[in-house]
Amino acid sequence: MYAFIKKEFFHIFRDYRSMLILFGMPVVQVLLFGFAITTDINDAKIAILDQSKDPITREITQKMLSSKYFILEQNLQSNNQIEAAFQSGNIKEVVVFEHGFAEKLQRDGKVDVQLILDASEPNTANMLSAYSSGIINTYSLQQMMAANKIPVSIQTESMMLYNPELKSVYMFVPGVITILLMLVSAMMTSISITREKEMGTMEALLVSPLKPLQIIIGKVTPYVLLSFINLIVILLLARFVFGMPTQGSMTLLLLESILFIIMSLALGILISTVSKTQQQAMLLSMFALMLPTILLSGFIFPIENMPIILQWISHVMPSKWFIIIIKNIMLKGVGIAYFWKETLIILFTTLFFIAMSVKKFKVRLE
Amino acid sequence: MSVPVNIQNISKSYEKVEALKAVSLNIKAGELFGFIGPDGAGKTSLFRILTGLILPDSGTASVAEMDVLKDFKKVRNITGYMPGRFSLYYDLTVAENLNFYASIFKTSLKENYDLIKDIYVQIEPFSNRKAGDLSGGMKQKLALSCALIHRPKLLILDEPTTGVDAVSRKEFWELLDKMQQGGITILVSTPYMDEASLCNRVALMQSGNVLSVDTPSNITARYKGQLFAVKTNKMHNLVTALEQVPAATQVYRFGDEVHVTSFHENDTVFVGLLSDALKEKGHLDIQINKKQAVIEDCFLALMDKNQAI
Repeated sequence: MYAFIKKEFFHIFRDYRSMLILFGMPVVQVLLFGFAITTDINDAKIAILDQSKDPITREITQKMLSSKYFILEQNLQSNNQIEAAFQSGNIKEVVVFEHGFAEKLQRDGKVDVQLILDASEPNTANMLSAYSSGIINTYSLQQMMAANKIPVSIQTESMMLYNPELKSVYMFVPGVITILLMLVSAMMTSISITREKEMGTMEALLVSPLKPLQIIIGKVTPYVLLSFINLIVILLLARFVFGMPTQGSMTLLLLESILFIIMSLALGILISTVSKTQQQAMLLSMFALMLPTILLSGFIFPIENMPIILQWISHVMPSKWFIIIIKNIMLKGVGIAYFWKETLIILFTTLFFIAMSVKKFKVRLE
Repeated sequence: MSVPVNIQNISKSYEKVEALKAVSLNIKAGELFGFIGPDGAGKTSLFRILTGLILPDSGTASVAEMDVLKDFKKVRNITGYMPGRFSLYYDLTVAENLNFYASIFKTSLKENYDLIKDIYVQIEPFSNRKAGDLSGGMKQKLALSCALIHRPKLLILDEPTTGVDAVSRKEFWELLDKMQQGGITILVSTPYMDEASLCNRVALMQSGNVLSVDTPSNITARYKGQLFAVKTNKMHNLVTALEQVPAATQVYRFGDEVHVTSFHENDTVFVGLLSDALKEKGHLDIQINKKQAVIEDCFLALMDKNQAI
């Protein structure tokens, strides 16, 4: 048994490709999701058409530019330049102050700022518009307070719980952990088992007195350890590179992860029993695990917005339940009482997959 | 110590191919038994059935009186099996491979060192080299060591000499001889006919049938007709020229000669017939010699008969 595990470690450490998948991928994925695929907007280029040029417009402009969201790309002189500014490409928003802005504000107590947005990227446009309105509203509120006028309009004040700054990292980290644990565990075990089939060494293992369960345990133990190391790496990256804290119990998080890792490994063995070659195993893991995990687990696209059928399918994705669990622990900091149902679901799936794979793992060829 | 192997009416088909057609064989304890035949003869299927890796469609087989279907675990414990592809881990070193195989059979290299010593001394200088970097002959010796590490009573070797150079092949057979003296029953398959004479008995196999089972000398002694080897200055159309001689049967290229079998009662007359026919076709330097049939001649003759049926 010990010799088997040792042998498996030799395989992993001597194959630079599996090392790369094992340790390179987690880091690259976390960094990619964290930095590149972010929905936060920083430094959007904007243009300003200030037809009034009074202290108030200048002050609002100043406020906008001093936020980290906007960079002034261009000062426009007239309305007909707006179209050209957008067409030139990199301008996402134009802020238009009308003539006699400050005077109108004094006289009517009410004035309009026009925001024109490039909606060829709808999400960006939405967010920029929200940021700008936010800044302008805050300004006007401050002014009225200063003038001792009580604002007439009712303001909604939203409080963002658990992720006050709406950082997308908070959303991605649980998803990335899920994908990586699943991928590393399932794909690597299924590949390593099918490799023995391809090389003909499985024939020799089968004629040995080893029991199927011993072969399976020998195969998966190294990957349990490596996946666990991966998990720690991701959590450290999340903590120190993106400043994402874990609110809840770390022990609980690790225990839940181990459960999920074991489930993925069992799935990997199941895949290896139905595939004949390494390529087949890899493709199966990719399409059967990766894509549904990314698309249907609620990692990127909210499950509530999916058609009913897809919502049903998402219920059988173990990754969906695991994402719920880690989000609960990492962001809300709640205990097992709040997600024992999800844990039970994963536990049952794990037992199911283990039973299936031990049953399907053949003592004979064919 | 050594064990007999008994095979009764074993049949096995894959989708459309009939790999084994009711094969029956009795292998005595301590025998070095050869399975000779081309690819697709059914040798590998038979070995896999004996090791319990595949199930036969019908028939039974036993090793040391233990049924290979019911008692496959016990059979595996006393069997050393070397699959057709050397089942080594190419990314592990020689020593690591050996230790691994020793440990999965719950034994150690030290414990059984005396058994594999003869082979292992030859590969020991490379014990830190990866198995994938070894030459064919070395891989084969390592695989044999791995198959022997748990002191099996029955050794099953599937084409151990395929793809191995002539010198290594010779050394390998010497090793088999030594192990047989140590009391192990050995089943070995090979596509090389010249290796047949090194076995105690051989089974000639073709497309799932056993054509003949006997000692190599009995098989060659039973060769019907008289064999002649022919050589001329125009080897390329010699076969065609000889096939046109009515008395000549079983004409085929054999090394740098052409073998012809005669059923004529008088050899001198037959030689005369051949050389006249060849001279007519413009062949010069004609040499025609009587030859003792070897296993390959017997095999080809049996194959002709088998296909005719």
